[in-house]
Amino acid sequence: MKQVNALVLRAAGINCDYETQYALELAGANAQRMHINELIKKPEILESIQILVFPGGFSYGDDIAAGKILANQVQHHLGDIVRKFIDDGKLVLGICNGFQVLVKTGILPGLAGADNKTQTVTITNNDSAKFDDRWVYLQPGTDKCVFINKDQRIYLPMAHGEGKVVTKTPEILEAIKANGHIALRYVDENGNTGDFPINPNGSMESIAGLTDSTGRVLGLMPHPERFVRKTQHPRWTRLGDDVTVDGMIIFNNAVKYVEENL
Amino acid sequence: MKHWRFEVYDREGFADVHGKAVLDDIKELGIDEVTAVSSTRVFMIDGDFDEAFANRIAQELLSDTVCQECFIGRMPAPESEQKVTVIEVHLKSGVTDPVSGSVMTAISDMGKDVEQVRTARKFVIYGDITQEQRDLITKRVLANDCIEDVIYGVDSEPPSPHLSDYELELKTVELLGLSKAQLVELSKKMDLFLDEKEMLAIQDYFKSINREPTDVELETLAQTWSEHCVHKTLKSSVDLDFNGEKIKFNNLLKETVFGATQELNKDWCISVFEDNAGVIEFDESDAICFKVETHNHPSALDPYGGASTGIGGVVRDPMGTGLGAKPIANTDVFCFGMPDMKLDEVPKGVLHPRRVMKGVVAGVRDYGNRMGIPTVNGAIYFDDRYTANPLVFCGTVGMLPNDKCFKHGKTGDLVVVVGGRTGRDGIHGATFSSGSMTHEHEDIFSHAVQIGNAIVEKKVLDTLIQARDRNLFTAVTDCGAGGLSSAVGEMGEKLGVRVDLEKVPLKYSGLSYTEIWISESQERMVISVEPDKIDEVLALFSSEDVEAVVIGEFTDDKKLTLFYDGTQVGQLDMEFLHDGIPKYSRQAKWYSPNLSEPDMQEKSDYAPDLKKILSSYNVASKEWVIRQYDHEVQGNSVIKPLCGVTNDAPSDAAVVKPKFDSDKGVAISCGMNPLYGDIDPYWMALSGIDEAIRNIVCVGGNSKRIALLDNFCWGNCGKPEILGALVRASQACKDGALAFSAPFISGKDSLNNEFIMDDGTEVNIPSTLLISAVSVVDDINRCLTMDFKAAGNKICVIGVTSNELGGSHYYHVNGYKGANVPKVDLELAAKIAERVSEAINKGLVSSAHDCSEGGLAVALAEMAFAGDLGVDIDLSKLIRGEKCTRADIALFSESNSRYVLEITPDKFAEFEDFMQPLPVSYIGKVTQEKRLVVDDGRGNKVLNSDLASLKDAWQKPLAW
Repeated sequence: MKQVNALVLRAAGINCDYETQYALELAGANAQRMHINELIKKPEILESIQILVFPGGFSYGDDIAAGKILANQVQHHLGDIVRKFIDDGKLVLGICNGFQVLVKTGILPGLAGADNKTQTVTITNNDSAKFDDRWVYLQPGTDKCVFINKDQRIYLPMAHGEGKVVTKTPEILEAIKANGHIALRYVDENGNTGDFPINPNGSMESIAGLTDSTGRVLGLMPHPERFVRKTQHPRWTRLGDDVTVDGMIIFNNAVKYVEENL
Repeated sequence: MKHWRFEVYDREGFADVHGKAVLDDIKELGIDEVTAVSSTRVFMIDGDFDEAFANRIAQELLSDTVCQECFIGRMPAPESEQKVTVIEVHLKSGVTDPVSGSVMTAISDMGKDVEQVRTARKFVIYGDITQEQRDLITKRVLANDCIEDVIYGVDSEPPSPHLSDYELELKTVELLGLSKAQLVELSKKMDLFLDEKEMLAIQDYFKSINREPTDVELETLAQTWSEHCVHKTLKSSVDLDFNGEKIKFNNLLKETVFGATQELNKDWCISVFEDNAGVIEFDESDAICFKVETHNHPSALDPYGGASTGIGGVVRDPMGTGLGAKPIANTDVFCFGMPDMKLDEVPKGVLHPRRVMKGVVAGVRDYGNRMGIPTVNGAIYFDDRYTANPLVFCGTVGMLPNDKCFKHGKTGDLVVVVGGRTGRDGIHGATFSSGSMTHEHEDIFSHAVQIGNAIVEKKVLDTLIQARDRNLFTAVTDCGAGGLSSAVGEMGEKLGVRVDLEKVPLKYSGLSYTEIWISESQERMVISVEPDKIDEVLALFSSEDVEAVVIGEFTDDKKLTLFYDGTQVGQLDMEFLHDGIPKYSRQAKWYSPNLSEPDMQEKSDYAPDLKKILSSYNVASKEWVIRQYDHEVQGNSVIKPLCGVTNDAPSDAAVVKPKFDSDKGVAISCGMNPLYGDIDPYWMALSGIDEAIRNIVCVGGNSKRIALLDNFCWGNCGKPEILGALVRASQACKDGALAFSAPFISGKDSLNNEFIMDDGTEVNIPSTLLISAVSVVDDINRCLTMDFKAAGNKICVIGVTSNELGGSHYYHVNGYKGANVPKVDLELAAKIAERVSEAINKGLVSSAHDCSEGGLAVALAEMAFAGDLGVDIDLSKLIRGEKCTRADIALFSESNSRYVLEITPDKFAEFEDFMQPLPVSYIGKVTQEKRLVVDDGRGNKVLNSDLASLKDAWQKPLAW
């Protein structure tokens, strides 16, 4: 079996790095956690990596806005390297704060033909103006994102105060919709979209996750790394063995893609 | 150097959520004239850059171009047909601005270094308000004058950030010649909070070494001897007069709480009452530790800052335990005044309970979430007497390797301060928190408020654990109350230590050596490092942008010696510093109050009472709070604070699974009931212990491995009857710990929670004892939640229901107190806990919930709406104690040691057999019909309610 190497990028205030590393290892990857200062010093490390993950947390305290300072740091020190990483056919996953970073660097939504250095989408304060920890159902909206299964609705926890996805213009929203960039939408257990709490933060088009034009970059607000064993499900004591650990779908798909394509 | 100003605001069409939240708060104040509020963030940057670069900062960094605009310069007031009021809120000079550092780093990432960044918030208020209303809005909603300055309009200048430099001026205090009265006067003048006896002991010491003290020496003694640091009340000798019977304690703590731990002498207790947290065994390779702290006085003045530094402080306790533990869970318990208190009834100098609650919750949320520690368990109690003295308990559970549970610092090791810089914040926090509050505290003690910066602490945690695992230091402790003075003084207690105070990194210039030494600036740890490892230590911290600086050295002279720029500014003998505090003997008395049971009419339908209890603030759902906490970060959750079919029912306790590769878990719970304390603090304390243990048992914790923590928050213990209540509660702690074989491993007290109103009235908080419990879960797959699982399952109550409505919520919501406070049958209680725990671990039980506030009726209602399944009960089947004939007593009595269990029919026989000969009542079954139906056994339905209305009653009051 091919060795799959993943790197979980740490920075001041990132706090989901251990469990993200664990999820990747469960999926069969060889995963390491690395501080951004070290990666900036030795960017060539990425040459041996196939999956780069921006995990959740409050990078730099989310000062100014969620993910903004880290996005600025990535933009100025690692921007070209990360974009080359994507161009090389490798995978990038941004979870929660990591999703905010990918959007604020312009890497997502990464519309075909547009440059992916300018921010066109943002993730801002929840309509409720509060941090909110709750479980949400997610409906895949595209078949081109390698991390998700088009017809498999998943159930994951989210925990954020700034998760509302907003596009700069209605045209960008249309382009995102038309070109299959909406990877995941907040829905109810039957797959229908709706208002709060189904759409917990007021995101446009109930967007919970975005992919780029290659389908190899995924950013999402909910936390797949927090649902990798049965007993993390909020109702596992009711459900017996009738639980699929949905978070693993994303990590398994990533590892499988690398094994089969890289 | 140019001064640039940037104003960032939401673009039209995008919701200004902060402005909206402010508007809501203004409406809550009853000011209806305001029609809209807009909020703007202001950045003031001093740096040498041009307009083009300023534009880049505006566009690329400070504003989100998708939804925000950025104006460079000062925006004029908006034009409007309505009256417009512009209010800007700035941090006072010297107060930490957490955003400042991040912005400076980001600008340097963009290629320019700038001199200084400050931030402010600007609000534009639309509507015809008076100046009085404007000031009220400012004071109650926008700014906290402890830490913030306000400017009005667009012409006034923001406060100057510049502070002058400090030049050494050695200050000695004339002490030797003072009379007793003058000594007391001096203590007051210097805010030392030392009494006559202590001042005399200090005077004697300096007479013996034949010189006057310096200011820093007096301050060091005041910090080290403060109630907050040394717990002199709990350690004093006490003469108790209990209903005329005289009982003598030579050392209250040692003979009660700690005495029980010594008597139990559990081999799984690794370190108790000696380190920053109590440590117990977890598995072959790791231990867990737990500490709960209070941060009451600061939270009263600045709810947000006080609570966030409260959680920040308690997180550092496990970090400073042994050679450092990694936090795995946080807990929080709060006591507030009534949230619906009328505005004009709020005492002078006090914030409205709702503002306190919102601020405290936000503080714990922002700090705990940023630290990446799940907040998994807690409780909130409301009582008028907490209005001026809100209580904020924060706890942290940590994990550390078994071979790193003890420190081994030695002579020659270097003293290294790690993390945040030192500023003026929090000066006198330890002494301040040890005294009573008055209506003037708001003004006098603003400097005691500390400002937190969670990310600095997170960075310290990340690097400290790496350093621990590389064996780079020999001891660690946190800078908490008393700052460096306490931390370094403690670490050097057995050795001696020399410190060069000018080496301590400062936030800004101008601090005197004394301020540096006693500042309680947050996010600092002190480690001791062998000289040959210092380079590696400094390199490691620096690699993740954490400041670490050598400030001194551990010696062998058993003295604390302080230098500033080569001048000795203080020297004290460690022995006097740590053991010189005079022994106290105190008077306590407790006379059981003369109370009686109310005369309440029997009713045919108790649904209205049940709904009233479910809607009472203490019982009502705390979902609004719980969801604001990240309770799933670290991916370790097993039993979450919310459970049930729709993930919104109240779990009894939390379970986390701290290791990825092990199915062992940690159960965490609490127990507390201040209402009982008004009747009898002894039974209140035992009820708290019983409740904490019931909660652990209900989720699947091992009843034989429960460790307890005590947090006493009491009124003015100078008053014998208040101290008497404390002594009674301490006795109960001992009796409870012994009966349940559950040792106390750590504790903390916050005494003198008394508020003196401007008319001189003294308000003491109810005697409040928080019991926190922690236990090992042998196999998390056996854990349980409290929601009914399936129709047809049998329901049984373990334990005896007695006529014990004293202090109950049934009486409370009907305006009574009563007399029959719930007692604990110590022998039976322990047997029940053990057997129920075993039944759960054998897999015989489908759901378990304890009977606490609101008794059996509330427990059944919660289990039913949690499982969205009905329940059919025959109350005549309930095993009852004496005089428990009436239905309302059976339904609402809060008798202890009772569990409601759900059993599937196929396991029933085995369960029945297993529980022999304990009191088990089989009272009914789970039904498909979504109703709570209770028959009194004579065909009268004393409860018959649909679940939706019960749940609604429970959810509504705090669904803010």
